[in-house]
Amino acid sequence: MGEVILTMKGIDKSFPGVHALDHVDLEVRKGEVHALMGENGAGKSTLMKVLTGIYTKDSGTITYEGREVEFHNPKEAQDAGIVIVHQELNMMNHLTVAQNIFIGREFMKGGLIDDGKMNDEARKLFSQLGIDINPAEKMGNLTVGKQQMCEIAKAISHEAKVIIFDEPSAALTEAEIEELFKIIRDLRAKQLGIVYISHRMDEIKVITDRVTVMRDGGYVGTLITADCTKNDIINMMVGRVIYEDPKTHSMVKPGAPVVLKVEHLNAGKMVKDVSFELHKGEILGFSGLMGAGRTETARALFGADPKESGDIWINGQKVEIHSPQDAVKCGIGYLSEDRKRYGIVVGKTIAENSTMASLKDFLKGLFIDKKKENEATQKYIDRLKTKTPSVDQLVVNLSGGNQQKVVVAKWLVRNCDILIFDEPTRGIDVGAKSEIYHLMNELAAEGKSIIMISSEMTEILRMSDRIVVMCEGRKTAEIDIAEATQEKIMHAATLR
Amino acid sequence: MQKQLNEKRGFANNPIVKAIGLQRIVVVLAVILEAVLFSILSPAFRQYATVVSILDYSYYITFMAIGVTFCLISGGNDLSVGTGMICYALAGGYLVQHMGWPVWGGMLVTIAIGLCFGVLNGAMVAIMNLPPFIATLCTMLITRGLGSILTGGMAVSWPSRNSAGGWFRSLFKIINNGKIIPVGFAIVIVSIILMSIVLNKTRVGRYIIAIGSNKEAARLSGVNVVKYQMLAYIISGFFAGLAGIAYSATFSSSVAPGTGAGLELDAIGGAIIGGTSMTGGQGSIIGTLLGVFVMSLLKTGLPYVGLQANWQQIITGIVLIVAIYIDVLKNKKTA
Repeated sequence: MGEVILTMKGIDKSFPGVHALDHVDLEVRKGEVHALMGENGAGKSTLMKVLTGIYTKDSGTITYEGREVEFHNPKEAQDAGIVIVHQELNMMNHLTVAQNIFIGREFMKGGLIDDGKMNDEARKLFSQLGIDINPAEKMGNLTVGKQQMCEIAKAISHEAKVIIFDEPSAALTEAEIEELFKIIRDLRAKQLGIVYISHRMDEIKVITDRVTVMRDGGYVGTLITADCTKNDIINMMVGRVIYEDPKTHSMVKPGAPVVLKVEHLNAGKMVKDVSFELHKGEILGFSGLMGAGRTETARALFGADPKESGDIWINGQKVEIHSPQDAVKCGIGYLSEDRKRYGIVVGKTIAENSTMASLKDFLKGLFIDKKKENEATQKYIDRLKTKTPSVDQLVVNLSGGNQQKVVVAKWLVRNCDILIFDEPTRGIDVGAKSEIYHLMNELAAEGKSIIMISSEMTEILRMSDRIVVMCEGRKTAEIDIAEATQEKIMHAATLR
Repeated sequence: MQKQLNEKRGFANNPIVKAIGLQRIVVVLAVILEAVLFSILSPAFRQYATVVSILDYSYYITFMAIGVTFCLISGGNDLSVGTGMICYALAGGYLVQHMGWPVWGGMLVTIAIGLCFGVLNGAMVAIMNLPPFIATLCTMLITRGLGSILTGGMAVSWPSRNSAGGWFRSLFKIINNGKIIPVGFAIVIVSIILMSIVLNKTRVGRYIIAIGSNKEAARLSGVNVVKYQMLAYIISGFFAGLAGIAYSATFSSSVAPGTGAGLELDAIGGAIIGGTSMTGGQGSIIGTLLGVFVMSLLKTGLPYVGLQANWQQIITGIVLIVAIYIDVLKNKKTA
């Protein structure tokens, strides 16, 4: 490790209602690979966005190459030599590799673009990196791994001094990761400072020199990787002791029948051979890190995305679910993590939203039976304790928690017995949160079965009777609540 | 079945086929097929005058289509070229017919107004962030109304061939002792070559492709996306003006206000048949020219087999649906 090239000190950043970064420190030296770790929402990406000028910090200082700096956009950071290799690649698939690398600074000859020279220069870059990519190939034809190599080549061609890798290995194969590590080691030998964001504990041990851990927007500490164990890091990531009365044992009655059985479900890259059972009256928590494939599993099960293979049984009967319509017919309701986009129509009334999934039952001839609709809506307003002056209130005027209740009502009106809650309390304040929890417990006690996808560890431990942990599209653990600990879950979620 | 499929892929991977592009080969075959079909069905189709007629239609459609191709590649669209073209020709022609302007002055005005509407479309899409489809649908209406207002609802006659100022008609067609030489095709070819170079070999083209492929990536790479997105519509406006001139020069009838709606679909259809993608980032000017010939052959040939205007519209609609569906399938495969 060489001298310090980048220091972020006391970085503070708030968004309305969220204290995203709370006096965070980070120091990167030349010739080191510095891991940045933390749970989902710990603030890693926010910190990097502040560094590269996508967000402006509220307070704190950034010192780069001995001078205090503040970048206003990624271009400025890039020109200064700080480059991000994004997890979601920023590539123009219709242009060639070389055209992508040199976009915005093309070589010209006689007023026209000199593609030949660009190809030559790209080839030089690749041979420097020791990788074999044809610069004239269309970017869209490359594998994700190769595209990532191109992004790295682009970063290097900008004479980068600090390169930030944002979960670079998430979409790579084993062999591609080996190649990536080789390149990272070369860059380290060339005295670049490297920030490496990843959830994979094993990689951290292999490739990084130091590790900085963040938690809930705050700075926890920095360790020399070689001196610490995997468990040290996990403990730092989890750290907190605020279990809000977690369940100590399953509330499911012994011998409760299996209402839903999923076997060998495969759908795209994110759902690989997932099998599980859901019992009557059970809350089955789905835990895992961002991109673990939980939502994708739910969507495939619900018929919202096509599945390649897999069998589904409901109440012991095999069913074919090819569309959300099929799923609803089978009694499955899906409460999306993105309520406003997929869950409710905010510009419509509570009554209109409540009966949306079962309008057929509210028709009198060709027309909607408004009286019947209002009665049913009122019934669920009362039952779910939705706070509203009337059934004709526009949903847009309700709070997040009450909007969530309207979505629940929609599926209850439809007589759904299996409810999939995807991040049920995202964007909901603390008070409404406990109401939603209470509601879910009540539903389960009544014999409804619930799949709850949640990225919040406390929520998983508080609500679930049983926990399925996923990592990279696969189920990596199934833990009864009586035996569940944060450490166990985190371990399975970072397993590879 | 599998073997058949493999053979098909083998054909697509043949280096010669790859160099020319499978789609282009298919389009050329389609043009030939159309010509053969019409020739068999109607003996009257088999004459030189038909070729001239096909070319006459191809000029203004090609010009519109070149512009539309740039808009499509940028990830947008330009629906205003059809009525726009007529509007600009009306304005220019009115100055020549009623205000005593020289023909070249009228031509310049035609192109200038086209450029103005290009700037307007570009500003709405790139600066105001209106959806291109809606923005240019509105300018389609505006140009249609404006054309009528400018001429007081009257049709406009550009000078006829033998009158003073009729020289401009010879830009596209020379008639000498009853012999017709379709010189307009040379202008088309020059435009195609020039705009191919602009698309593939200049920053303008490169950035328009980049924007259509991934606008955010282009922006983060330091590309001035507002400027280059606007440029696509300005190019389209310019070529719509040129199309207005070509239209006025090749058809002896007067230019009527209120017309032109639907002509943009010939251009968009040509571009898409030629391999330009509705989703942006992808397209070629030469492909567009080939696609235009599919459309202009239809326009010329259908009357020969007894299918008049109404049928032409139905068939154009169907051809467009097929072309767009192929584009959708193509994108699905790459995604």
